[in-house]
Amino acid sequence: MSAPLSAAQMAGASPVAMPADIERAARRVERRQTFSAAMLVLPLIVLIAFAFLIPVGLLLFKSIDNPVVAEGLPETLIALQSWSPADGLPSDAAYLGLKRDIEKAKANGSLGVIGARLNQDTPGARSLLQATGRKLDAVTDADPRQAFITIDKRWGEPEIFGAIRNAGDRYTFNYYLNALDLTRNTAGDIIAKPEGQRLHINLFIRTVWVSALTAFVCFLLAYPIAYLLAHLPARRANLLMIVVLLPFWTSILVRITSWIALLQKQGVVNDALASLGVIGEAGRLALIYNMTGTIIVGTHILLPFFVLPLYSVMKTVNPNLVRAATSLGASPFTAFRRVYFPLTVPGIFAGSSLVFILCTGYFITPALVGGQNGQLISNIIAYHMQQSLNWGLAAALSTLLLVMIGIVYFLYTRLVRDQR
Amino acid sequence: MTSLVSLRGIQKTYDGKQLVVKNLDLEVSEGEFLTLLGPSGSGKTTVLMMLAGFETPTTGEIVIAGQHMTRLPPQKRGIGMVFQNYALFPNMSVAENLAFPLEVRKLPAAELRDRVEKSLAMVRLTPFADRRPSQLSGGQQQRVALARALIFEPRLVLMDEPLGALDKNLREQMQYEIKQIHARLGVTVVYVTHDQSEALTMSDRVAVFNDGIIQQICPPKELYERPGNSFVAGFIGENNRLQGVVRKIIDDDCLVEIAPGVTVRARKVGVHATAEPTTLSIRPERVKISPQAGEVDTVIAGEVESVLYHGDHIRAHLRGLGPTPFVVKLPNTNGAAATLVAGASVSIGWASRDCLALDLMEA
Repeated sequence: MSAPLSAAQMAGASPVAMPADIERAARRVERRQTFSAAMLVLPLIVLIAFAFLIPVGLLLFKSIDNPVVAEGLPETLIALQSWSPADGLPSDAAYLGLKRDIEKAKANGSLGVIGARLNQDTPGARSLLQATGRKLDAVTDADPRQAFITIDKRWGEPEIFGAIRNAGDRYTFNYYLNALDLTRNTAGDIIAKPEGQRLHINLFIRTVWVSALTAFVCFLLAYPIAYLLAHLPARRANLLMIVVLLPFWTSILVRITSWIALLQKQGVVNDALASLGVIGEAGRLALIYNMTGTIIVGTHILLPFFVLPLYSVMKTVNPNLVRAATSLGASPFTAFRRVYFPLTVPGIFAGSSLVFILCTGYFITPALVGGQNGQLISNIIAYHMQQSLNWGLAAALSTLLLVMIGIVYFLYTRLVRDQR
Repeated sequence: MTSLVSLRGIQKTYDGKQLVVKNLDLEVSEGEFLTLLGPSGSGKTTVLMMLAGFETPTTGEIVIAGQHMTRLPPQKRGIGMVFQNYALFPNMSVAENLAFPLEVRKLPAAELRDRVEKSLAMVRLTPFADRRPSQLSGGQQQRVALARALIFEPRLVLMDEPLGALDKNLREQMQYEIKQIHARLGVTVVYVTHDQSEALTMSDRVAVFNDGIIQQICPPKELYERPGNSFVAGFIGENNRLQGVVRKIIDDDCLVEIAPGVTVRARKVGVHATAEPTTLSIRPERVKISPQAGEVDTVIAGEVESVLYHGDHIRAHLRGLGPTPFVVKLPNTNGAAATLVAGASVSIGWASRDCLALDLMEA
C-alpha cells in the first residue's frame, strides 16, 4: 500500500488525462438535467407562446397589414399607378377599372368592407361607394368619367382617387402616420393633420405625464411606508404589510366605486369640506372625472407595486451602515442622504418603472374616473378596438405604446446598471 | 496613565424588567487596548453600543476625555468604530469611504486627499483606492474599515467583533496588524469579542463579562493564571473541576477534601472560611503523569479512559476523579505517551500553586 507510485499511476491521477468515456458520461448527465429543467418550464413557454407572443405578434402585424383596398380595387389601382392628383382627374381607364372592381365587389359582397376602409381616411367614402354600386349600370365605355360624375359629383374631384391610391398599398405605414397625428395629402406627401384632428400625440404626452406624476406621488407615499415596513419590529411590520396589501384583496371595481363615492361633487370629501366651511357650496372641488381623479385612484391602486420592491431593497440595507455613518461624524440627515438613500435607489427605480409601465397601460381606471381630460392612450386603443373597429390604428397605437415602454425599460436598466 | 474613558454606575435595560448591564464601573486608560470578552448575551456589545452612542444607559454616566457623553448623539462623540461585517458603504469606492468622515468634517480638499492617501498606504491598499468594497477580499475590507475608523484621528476606537467573519489564518494576521497599528498610533481601543484567544493575544487588559457583570478585569496573563472565579476559569482556556469542601486554611493556601479521606492543597482564591464548599480548578497542561517524588505537591491515582492524538500534543481522559473525565494535556515529546494506554492505572500530580480553590459553581 505504501509503495511509491509509479510514473504511469501519477499520470493517471492528473485531471488532464480524463478518459473519453467519463467525459461522455458527464455530458450525458448534464443533458438529462437540462432536459428535465426544460420539461418543467415547457407548459409556461407554451402558454406564453399561444396566449401572449402569437396574439401580440398578430396585433403588431395588423398595424401594417392593409389588404382590403389592394385586393378589392385591383384594376383601379393599376390604372392609377402613373397618375398623380396634380394631373387632374385620372384617365377613362381608371374609371372603367373602378366600375369593374365595384361590380366584382358587389358580386362577392365585399363592397361594404372596402367602403369602411376608405371611410377611415375619407369620411363619406362608404356611402359614396354604396350609392355608386347601385347606379353602376349608367356607366358605359363611351364616357365613364362623365357617367361617374353624374352619379355623384365627388367622382369629379381628384382627392377621392388620391385617397384610394393612398389606401391601396398591401402593407402600409399610414396607421402609424395616423397614430402620430400625420396624414398623406392626395399627392401622397406626409403632412401634419389639421389642427382639430390631432389628438394622439397629446394623448401620448398626457399618458406619460399622468404616469410619471402617479409614479412620483407613489414614491412620496411609498418611501416612508417601505421604510417603516423594513425597520419596524416583525410583528408590527406584518400588520402594516397586511394594510399595504389589503387593496390587492379587493376588486378593482369596488375600489374605484368607493373612490367615486368619496370624491364626487356630492361625495364625502366635498361634503366634509363644505360643512367645515373650507369651501363654499358653489366651490365644490372637481376631484373626479378629470385628470386629478385618474391620478388619485391610480396612485391608490398602484401604490403596493411601489412599496413592495422598495421594501425588499430596504430590507437588504445593512442597518450598521447608517450607524457607521453617524459614528464617523455624519448627522442623521447626512447619513440618510449619502448612505441610506443611494442604497435604496434601485428600489425606487424598480417601483417607479413598475408603476409607470402599469399606469401607461391602465384602462379601467381612466375609463371610469377620467372623465374627458383624464383619458389615456389605452382608452383610445380600446375605442378603436371595440367601437370604430379600426384595428390597424389600434395596433399602431399599441405598438407605439410598447416602444415607449421599451424605451423606459431600457433607460431603467441602464440607470440601475450605472448604480451598481 | 490617565483615564480616558469612565463608565460610572451604568445600568441598561431594554424592557424595564431585565437588566442587560448591571451596575457597571469601568475605567479605560489613554492608549490602552481593552477587550470586552464574554459569551453572547453577556452585555459586552451593549456596553460598546452605549460608548458609541447607539444606546442610552438607563442609569449612570459616560465620561470620555473629561466630557460628559451620556446623552450625546454618536456623530458628536468623535469615536471611531469598526463594525462586525465591516459596514463599508457599498455605493462608494474605497477612497470615498475613507474620505467620508473627513468630508462631513468639512476638511479642505487638499488635506483630505493627502490624508486619504496616507491612510491607504497605512493599510497597504493604495492600488485599490477606486475599487468598490464588494470587489475586495474579506481581509482587505477589514483593513478599509479599520483605516476609515482611524482616519479622523479619534482618541478612542471601538471594535465590535471585527474579525468574526474572517477565516482562521486571516484572523491571526489581522490580529497582528491591528496590534501593530495600535502600537504605532497609540490610540485607545475598546474591543469586543467572544474569541478568548483573540482577547488573550491582543489586549493590555481583558474584561470578562457574564450576565451583565464584569467577572474579572486584568491583564491576559493574570486572567489565565489567576482566574478570579469559576466562570472565568471555565471560560478562559480549559480546566478540570473538582468539587470539595475546605477543611483548613493555611496563609494563602487551603486544604480541600475532594473525596472521603482525600485532601489536596490548593491556592485560596474564592474561599474565605473552613467548611465552605469550593470548586478546584486545574489546567490540563499543568498536570504531570507519573511524577517523580518531590516534583509535585499532590499525587493522585487514576485510570486512563481514552487517549487522543493531536499531533503536537496528546490528551488523555482519566476516570476516577470526579463525575466528569479529568483531562491531561502532554506535549508530544519522545516517549510521552508510552505509559498512557486505555485501561492503565497511572499516578498524576500537580503543584499546589496550579490548583485554585474557587467559588462553588453549580454544574
